[in-house]
Amino acid sequence: MDMYAENILDHFQNPRHKGTLSAATISVEEVNPLCGDKLSLDLIIENGSIKDMAFSGSGCAISQASMSMVAEELNGKSLEEAEKLSKDTIYELLGVPISPARVKCAILSYALLKKSLILLKHQS
Amino acid sequence: MYQNQNLQQNQPMLNSQQLKKDFPILSRVINGKKLTYLDNASTSQKPQSVISAITDYYTNHNANIHRAVYTIAQEATLAYESTREAVKDFINARSAEEIIFTRNTTESINLVAYAYAATTLKPGDSVMVSALEHHSNLVPWQEVCRKTGATLKVIPLSGDPELRYTLDFEWFQKNIDASVKILAITQASNTTGTIVPVEKFIEVARAHGAKVLIDGAQSVPHMPVDVQQLDCDFLAFSSHKMLGPTGVGALYAKKELLETMPPFLFGGDMIREVHQQEATWNDLPWKFEAGTPNIADVIAFQEAIKYLRAIGMQEIAEHDQELAHYAKQQLEAIPQIIIHAPKNAKQMTGIISFEIPGVHPHDIAEIFNSDNIAIRGGHHCAQPLMETLNIPATARMSFYIYNTQEDIDTAIEAIKKVIKIFSPKK
Ligand SMILES: Cc1ncc(COP(=O)(O)O)c(C=O)c1O
Repeated sequence: MDMYAENILDHFQNPRHKGTLSAATISVEEVNPLCGDKLSLDLIIENGSIKDMAFSGSGCAISQASMSMVAEELNGKSLEEAEKLSKDTIYELLGVPISPARVKCAILSYALLKKSLILLKHQS
Repeated sequence: MYQNQNLQQNQPMLNSQQLKKDFPILSRVINGKKLTYLDNASTSQKPQSVISAITDYYTNHNANIHRAVYTIAQEATLAYESTREAVKDFINARSAEEIIFTRNTTESINLVAYAYAATTLKPGDSVMVSALEHHSNLVPWQEVCRKTGATLKVIPLSGDPELRYTLDFEWFQKNIDASVKILAITQASNTTGTIVPVEKFIEVARAHGAKVLIDGAQSVPHMPVDVQQLDCDFLAFSSHKMLGPTGVGALYAKKELLETMPPFLFGGDMIREVHQQEATWNDLPWKFEAGTPNIADVIAFQEAIKYLRAIGMQEIAEHDQELAHYAKQQLEAIPQIIIHAPKNAKQMTGIISFEIPGVHPHDIAEIFNSDNIAIRGGHHCAQPLMETLNIPATARMSFYIYNTQEDIDTAIEAIKKVIKIFSPKK
């Protein structure tokens, strides 16, 4: 069962940046239509950089690990760098084979990130 | 309600190992492992006789029905209409005019929602459903209520811990009144496996003048259902959950109601006479079957009914229930597991939902799949029920005639594997 590699289970069981940020610059929510799982993402943006980020909500190991890895990857980075994060980056971070049925789970984090970046642009 | 007398004995009723041989897909091997199919609430597998009937129709009898005079068209028409007779006998309707072919349970329910409810309900009226409904028997009623100004009422789950996952019949008795024009209720939940004693609900509903629709998607395939005995007004079910092809559903409706209802869809086949500005409607049941139907699959559906009848619905009900009971016992032996099923095994059909805390049902299903075991993880199209139970999702195993205790043992091994993979690492 190589989908449940050690790093996936580690991020699932010990998620990085799990929680909420009351001072968030922006908060977004996405639902995985496949399973109804809901994830929320809070971002604090200062001087064009992600000062802090946190996510909450339940989901499968793949969607949770993916979000945790993306948060770890982008925390402290500039919005430009966040813009550059692609779906392929996420697959690389996960590093396990993702079956077509689980693509939606793997890239839920990507959907949240894109949604927040678009909303940020509209705000400014 | 259907009662299983033999539950204590834990003896398999059917020779399922033998039956498996009639289902070609069950001998399919993926990654060196035979398919263990435990997602029958979603759709059932098909015996060779059903598969062959589809090929036979296209190979030997393919023609449109009800019009042409040539031989193959007559054969196709006869075969199509004889399935209607078979469905009528299967659920003991009074006449074949009371059987309408649709695409599935969902379409059957929509037919009633649009052609009956939307044309008769008024503000002040209400529709009553239950907390156990599949989205198919909920969303159409939400829509009808929005359109007509009627109110949607929901029979809650019982608060009695002994009766968890069953409906609160006392609430129903207290809250039904003359404003309730339609009771739309499932006979078996696809999520908790609860068998609803619909005859009790029907009796009370009728005394208050309500019409009753039974969602039979999970009951008609798994237990004897007799519409005259139940005295329901409508019964909806799907071929694909009872060994038949996808794309065929049935609606039973009392003839006197069908006669007063306007058509649901308009066009060819459903007419008697068409003039440039107006048309008159065909006789029952064809008034409700507009356009060329799913001829091949309706014809093959008859083979599914024959297959089920040869085994016997009472035998199937007992078999499914015994497997669910066995699965429940095996799951109860694993301390981590939370089971979402009625306490009394006699209130269960062949469906069992469970959770492993700390593991998402999708991940359970994924690990099962690595052993070629098919189960479902998710909300099972019953999101309001999940909200009521305050759980995001469950894993679900559901059984049918070809399942054995060994299939459940295989699943239990997979559960142990899941628990091991997800056990906290130091
Ligand atoms: C209780 C219940 N009602 C309705 C349906 C919908 O059936 P179909 O998808 O065939 O329309 C299902 C299918 O899962 C069901 O379990």
